[in-house]
Amino acid sequence: MSRKIGVYVCHCGSNIAGKVDCGGVAEFAGGLKDVVVSRDYQFMCSDPGQEMIIKDIRQYGLDRVVVASCSPRLHEKTFQQACARAGLNPYLMQHCCIREHCSWTTADPIEATAKARHIVEAAVERVADHQKLYSREVEVLPDVMVVGAGIAGIQASLDIAKSGHKVHLVEKSPSIGGHMAQFDKTFPTLDCAACISTPKMVAVSQEPNINLMTWSEVEEVTGFVGNYTVTVKHKPRYVNADVCTGCGACLEKCPTKAISEFNEGLGYRKAIYRNSPQAVPNTPVIDGTICRKITKDKCGVCQKICPTGAIDYDMKETREVFHVGSIVLATGYDTMDPTPMREYGFGRYDEVYTALQFERLNNAVGPTGGKIVMKNGQKPESVAIIHCVGSRDKNYHEYCSRTCCMYALKYDHLIKDKVGHDTQVYNFYIDMRCFGKGYEEFYRRVQEEGVTFIRGRPAEIVREDGKLVVVGEDTLLGVNVRLPVDMVVLCTAMEPRADMTEVARVFGVAQGQDGFLLEEHPKLGPVSTATDGVFLAGACQGPKDIPDAVSHASGGAAQALALAAKGTVSISPTTSWINPDICVGCRVCVGLCAYSAIEFDERRNVAVINEAMCKGCGSCAGYCPSGAARIKHFNETQIFNEIDGLLGMVPGWLPPEQGEGHPVEIPVERPVEEARHE
Amino acid sequence: MSSEFEPTILAFVCNWCTFTAADLAGTSRMIQQPNLRMVRMMCTGMVDPKYIVKSLLSGADGVLVSGCHPGDCHYINGNYKARRRVKLLNEILPQFGIEKGRVKLTWVGASEGNEFAATVNNFINEIRELGPMEARSMAVI
Repeated sequence: MSRKIGVYVCHCGSNIAGKVDCGGVAEFAGGLKDVVVSRDYQFMCSDPGQEMIIKDIRQYGLDRVVVASCSPRLHEKTFQQACARAGLNPYLMQHCCIREHCSWTTADPIEATAKARHIVEAAVERVADHQKLYSREVEVLPDVMVVGAGIAGIQASLDIAKSGHKVHLVEKSPSIGGHMAQFDKTFPTLDCAACISTPKMVAVSQEPNINLMTWSEVEEVTGFVGNYTVTVKHKPRYVNADVCTGCGACLEKCPTKAISEFNEGLGYRKAIYRNSPQAVPNTPVIDGTICRKITKDKCGVCQKICPTGAIDYDMKETREVFHVGSIVLATGYDTMDPTPMREYGFGRYDEVYTALQFERLNNAVGPTGGKIVMKNGQKPESVAIIHCVGSRDKNYHEYCSRTCCMYALKYDHLIKDKVGHDTQVYNFYIDMRCFGKGYEEFYRRVQEEGVTFIRGRPAEIVREDGKLVVVGEDTLLGVNVRLPVDMVVLCTAMEPRADMTEVARVFGVAQGQDGFLLEEHPKLGPVSTATDGVFLAGACQGPKDIPDAVSHASGGAAQALALAAKGTVSISPTTSWINPDICVGCRVCVGLCAYSAIEFDERRNVAVINEAMCKGCGSCAGYCPSGAARIKHFNETQIFNEIDGLLGMVPGWLPPEQGEGHPVEIPVERPVEEARHE
Repeated sequence: MSSEFEPTILAFVCNWCTFTAADLAGTSRMIQQPNLRMVRMMCTGMVDPKYIVKSLLSGADGVLVSGCHPGDCHYINGNYKARRRVKLLNEILPQFGIEKGRVKLTWVGASEGNEFAATVNNFINEIRELGPMEARSMAVI
């Protein structure tokens, strides 16, 4: 079937024209089969450039368009929209790249021109077989699910709830607040962490639009953008939250103790416990693994003592299903356990603390009531703070954890402030990275308080004469140092949650090289993911301090709200399609599909694609032994045509001045010259 | 081997990683040998082995398949599927006289523009060493 193809070659100023003979390429394209108009222009993406295409589509009745310019990742959409404005289905356009992959990477102009010709020829070959495709609009459910109720999850939930949309907030621990609830002060303003986070925690519990579910986990997610079905597992709390008043009598009488996770192992909690007196919700939870009543059917003290009869040892796991339009992931981070770094002696020496343990020491409701004392009850006379423990280290995590420099400075100040200004504080750092608002000023302030900064990562920490000795090198002075101190704080890396792989699998989100959840684009899509309708908030995407996590969370909330407020979402039509006349029902594709988008129709004995769930990866089409599965816009005829175009004349091709070149047929209508002189 | 032999290389690259890396190599003006022609796929998982065979039979001296690093796939695990297919293809092709080295699978991440340029240049050199594909002249379709 004969086509009417228009070819548009862009000069991109001198970016392309500097190497590629654009006029020559346009002239060459004019001679290709079915090309009725071929033009070159300085800036195709500009308004006059797009107008030229639109005018030609109308004037010459073009049914296919090829634009040869920059990378399709940059301007494919622009030209698709231009075609759509002229009434041409946008998928009847092929955008090929003669800039990034040709003019900018090829040294020789003749070779660059030859390459550009092949690229254009392939696009012309390919576009001839393009088919009209139509995006589908699907409805978006108005509710949003937020997973994780740390500061990022809290912020995202409050933002969404404020707009009037319902939020289902799932938190796996017994109360909300995340790591921020463990802190005492925040840098650089030295705000009390509780004073800024607890009001937000209360706001979450009181907001009628937020359905807060603590001690719960997301078990399964099915569906697609706008229509997710989420199964949430509620772990048995053994305390009836509707009846419990939070009086705390049960906590005092419980005889069973366990190491407190919230206090980072620095204290004990009971078998029935809540994280802190400020916990939201303040309903306690019974640790079913150690409670004597549950494990051995003895004790039962809490039930006897509870004035409201809230204790129920027979509580079972329950499941609840939610239908939401989008999901915001705010699953947060873990801090690295420095035990494997034997040289720092964590776990061997009592006076070596991790940063999060040190936060708990500082916290007024922590194990020491906010006093900085060592495990022997003494105040330290000298403290060494070691930066980049597990960060910027090829053996552990290569990335910078972003927060350590600043919290180390905060510790410097707090030690001077709480223990006394005569306390010696030494910072072993690699680089100081004080990048935020007011951070550098805080660094200066701490320096002026008399804190010592030593550049160099210490080699080891040993114990000599009852003191810890930090052995290292001051790389600025070029001398070895052996520094006796009473206490060491390790600024441990922020790392992905231990169960991140499981989270990534459940929500269908990819993990980056470091294990954090992968955003759509590091610069221009930091909150969205490759899975439409699933957004990221906070440190699950990478290390973040509180201001960054909060802004990121608001960004995620805005994305989720944009979807919910519009009410519909258009789904890309470049999905797979299984021809029922060819499908033999072998079901290989069903197992291959990473998105469970292929169902098997038992009655007809064929596989069927659910277009709304299909992302268009083409795994099924790449395998299907009978050729029934095809991926739209990348089907085999189109790819074969492209291969033909790219290879068709490669052997023995010479530029026209040197050889015969491609036979150029002069079409009836060929306004190439005229266009070039516009 | 004739020194005038200039190989023709076809590359099937994934839109999210290697194609982006190719863009980055371009933006960073990393000069590459001009022998490579690229076909953009959405995922290496959609590279049907018949595209590779077709390319080899139609005049390509080497075929490069390149996608996201293992674990980084935009479509969860498409690159693993490509890895299996290329591995199997490399088992079969030598039986038809096509050397193993003519089909290569690599991982080039979106931020690795320099890696892309190096991969392309190395592969072109490897194929130049191998020489023109002689099996093609014997193939009857």
